[in-house]
Formats: sequence, structure tokens, C-alpha cells
Amino acid sequence: MREAEEIAQGSPVGACRLGRGFLELRIEEAVPDLDRPLVLMCGGGTRSLFAAEDLERMGYHRLYSVVGGFARWKAEGLPFDVPPRIDPNQRERYSRHLAIPEVGEAGQIRLLNSKVLLIGAGGLGSPAAFYLAAAGVGTLGLVDHDVVDRSNLQRQILHTDARVGSSKVASARHTLEALNPSVEVRTIEARLASENVEEILGGYDVVVDGSDNFPTRYLVNDACVKLGLPCAHGAVYRFEGQATVFWPGYPKQRGPCYRCIYPEPPPAELAPSCAEAGVLGVLPGVIGLIQAVETIKLLLDLGEPLIGRLLCYDALRGRFTELELARNPQCAYCGEHAIFPGYIDYEQFCSRAG
Amino acid sequence: MSRVTVRIPTPLRPHTGGADEVGLEGTTVGEVLQRLGAAHDGLLARVLTAEGEPRQFVNIYLGSRNVRGLEGMATRVSDGDVISIVPAVAGGAHKSQRTSARRA
Repeated sequence: MREAEEIAQGSPVGACRLGRGFLELRIEEAVPDLDRPLVLMCGGGTRSLFAAEDLERMGYHRLYSVVGGFARWKAEGLPFDVPPRIDPNQRERYSRHLAIPEVGEAGQIRLLNSKVLLIGAGGLGSPAAFYLAAAGVGTLGLVDHDVVDRSNLQRQILHTDARVGSSKVASARHTLEALNPSVEVRTIEARLASENVEEILGGYDVVVDGSDNFPTRYLVNDACVKLGLPCAHGAVYRFEGQATVFWPGYPKQRGPCYRCIYPEPPPAELAPSCAEAGVLGVLPGVIGLIQAVETIKLLLDLGEPLIGRLLCYDALRGRFTELELARNPQCAYCGEHAIFPGYIDYEQFCSRAG
Repeated sequence: MSRVTVRIPTPLRPHTGGADEVGLEGTTVGEVLQRLGAAHDGLLARVLTAEGEPRQFVNIYLGSRNVRGLEGMATRVSDGDVISIVPAVAGGAHKSQRTSARRA
């Protein structure tokens, strides 16, 4: 029954922190059952008594007011916790998020406590990581074993000309920390493989797949399915890009995994190298940021994730098209009653396919 | 016979002289694709198996629906329909398909 500033000082563990100001408006949502017993607490025991009278008029009838309120609760050494709050610096930095009711302080705190792993600090990973750091995602993991090449700079905006030749993850960390020093950037300078994939992916909330080759795509898919992680997927080719979210474990709507859509990769001769094909430098910006938007939506449980839908962008036509992606109930990895078949030799799988 | 548009993905455009869309007639998705193949050498082998089914790394869409979930190649088409050929795309700018795991 206390005001927001008082609640910020702490309240009993597990308490509903409704506050007095909007109590009548919020109580029915928090406690729809009028027969449920309610223990009301304020600072000293007076306001909760008045609040009980109001709630009685609303139909609640098992009401208890705590004599002495939170002051006495604390004095008697009973358990309480202090709800997480954002500091004045963060309040200023994220003020445009705080102004959105769907994000607000609770959403921002959730972002600050979130962990996102980016596979690749390249064309897709650069814009995604850049904006996720700006948005205040607390921990960003970056996996890449490559070094910055001058030909990367046409699109990989985390890197700079001065850092050509240095490690991509170190270069990325430099840029991300300069933008938002409070973000924890974990650099994983390694090549993803069956042996290390679970150790690297474990503990993250969302995986952003910005890899550029089929072995890694299948490996990341299989590990995400096994670990139950959502994967924000993006791919680009010249003037065309695609984005979707693979998450068969999504509780609200079971979507497909990568293998449901493409059981096998194309043979190498039909999967032209993009170093030859090229890519419009801006295009991975568009697609990487769709992956970042989807990541934020997943972290905050907002809107409708791009699950079961492939969003295709044709830059030359200036056209977005949406295609349905259906689950394969017989999928060996995510199908009904599927038992994880284990990791495979992905290089071999992708070189002999077709 | 219905008049439909087939959207060609970038990697297959060398077969269509660079065209990103091809207008064709047919009654089923399979028939339209066979006509596409007849008009553009080498294209069909990259999309369909010898038996005429989509290869494992390609999906064929009628509008927004995968034809696998409809009646496959026998799915009937109507005037103005759009058929999209959507192959798996790995990503960005690697140098060698087999040996490199460079990032997009």
C-alpha cells in the first residue's frame, strides 16, 4: 500500500508491489479471485487499514492489515528484498525506452539482465550487436575467429580502418564498449564446433545467427533445438535478404527449426560463394536489424515473433514478402517425440550434400 | 490455363538472363515449372530432382504457402498467382564454402 519511492526501499519477498495510488485499478488484475486472502502492508499500519476498507467495498472479504507495517516487518528481521531499479544515468540513457509503455522500467531492467549471443561479428552481427548494445542488453557474447579485413568495412560497421588485421571480436568489443560502457561484452575467439557449441551457447537467452556458411547454420540450429534456445536467423545475398526466428520450444506457438525448412544444404557448386557473388553493403544492415528487433521482442515477450514466417526483402524491388514456414512433424531434430540425434560432422554433411 | 508469375532467386538469375520474374502459363505448379525449365536451360536441375520434386534445399511457394503443405507439384494455379523459388541462403561474404567459417 506504499508509494513507489517507499517500495523501492524494499518489500517482503514475493509481495505484490501495487502501491496505494492505483490500488483499486490494479488489484483486480493482480488478484482476480475475491475469495483469496489478502495481507495488506503499508509503512506503519494506517494506510493499509484504510485500503482494506476500500477493498472490502470492491468485494474482497478476507483482508488483513499488518500492524506496524513494513517498518515493523523490517525491524523484526523478516525477509524482504529491494526491487531492481535503474540508476539516474540509465534513466537518462534509456529514457526513450522508458517512455514506451510496452518497455518501461520493468522492460528495461529485463533487457539489462538479458544475455544475447551473436554468431559472427560480421555483416549481420555488426548492426545487430551495435543496436542491442545501444538498447542496453546487459550481456553480449560474440563468437568469431576471424580478423578484420579491409573488404569487411563496406558493411561490418563495428570495425574500423585502423583495426584491419586485428581480431574481429576484440574490434567489436572496442566499438560496443565505447557506445555503452555498461554492457558486458564477452568475446569468444573460437570457431564453433560440435565440441564447444553447447558450452558457448549455454546460458544465453537468445542466439542471433549471423553466420555465413551452412555447416555453422546447421550446427547452431541443432544446438539451439537441443538447448531450447530461440534463434534469430538472417541471411543475405546481393540485394536480397531473409529473416525469421527458429524456436520450436516457443511455448505460445511451436515453430519450425532450420532443418524443417531445409533438411539438407545445397551442394557446394550450387551455393555460390558470396565473395564472388557480392552483397550490397547496406543490406545486412537491414536484415541484421530485423534480427535485433526480433531479439528484443523475444526478450521482452512483445508482439508476435517472426516464428513460422520468413520475411524476405528484395531491395531492388523495394518489397517485403512474407512466406509461411511450416514445422515438419517428422523432423529428426525438433519433430514430435524426436530424440536429439546428436551432433554430426557438419563440414562433411555440407560438402557431400545435394 | 492460368497466367502466373514466377519469382527467380538471385542465384538462379543467370539462367533467366538476369530477370527476377518470369511470366508463364500453366494449370499446376509443376506444369509452370516445367515450362520455366523448357524456356531456360539448366535452371530446373537446380530446383527439382529428377523425379520433379523440389530438392531438399529448395522450397516452392504459391503465394505465401509452401506447396509441400498443399498438393505439391499438382497444386493448381489461378490467374495472377505468384510462385516463388526459395533456396537456402547461407549468408554473407565467406571465401571458401568448405574450409572457411568466416562470418557474413
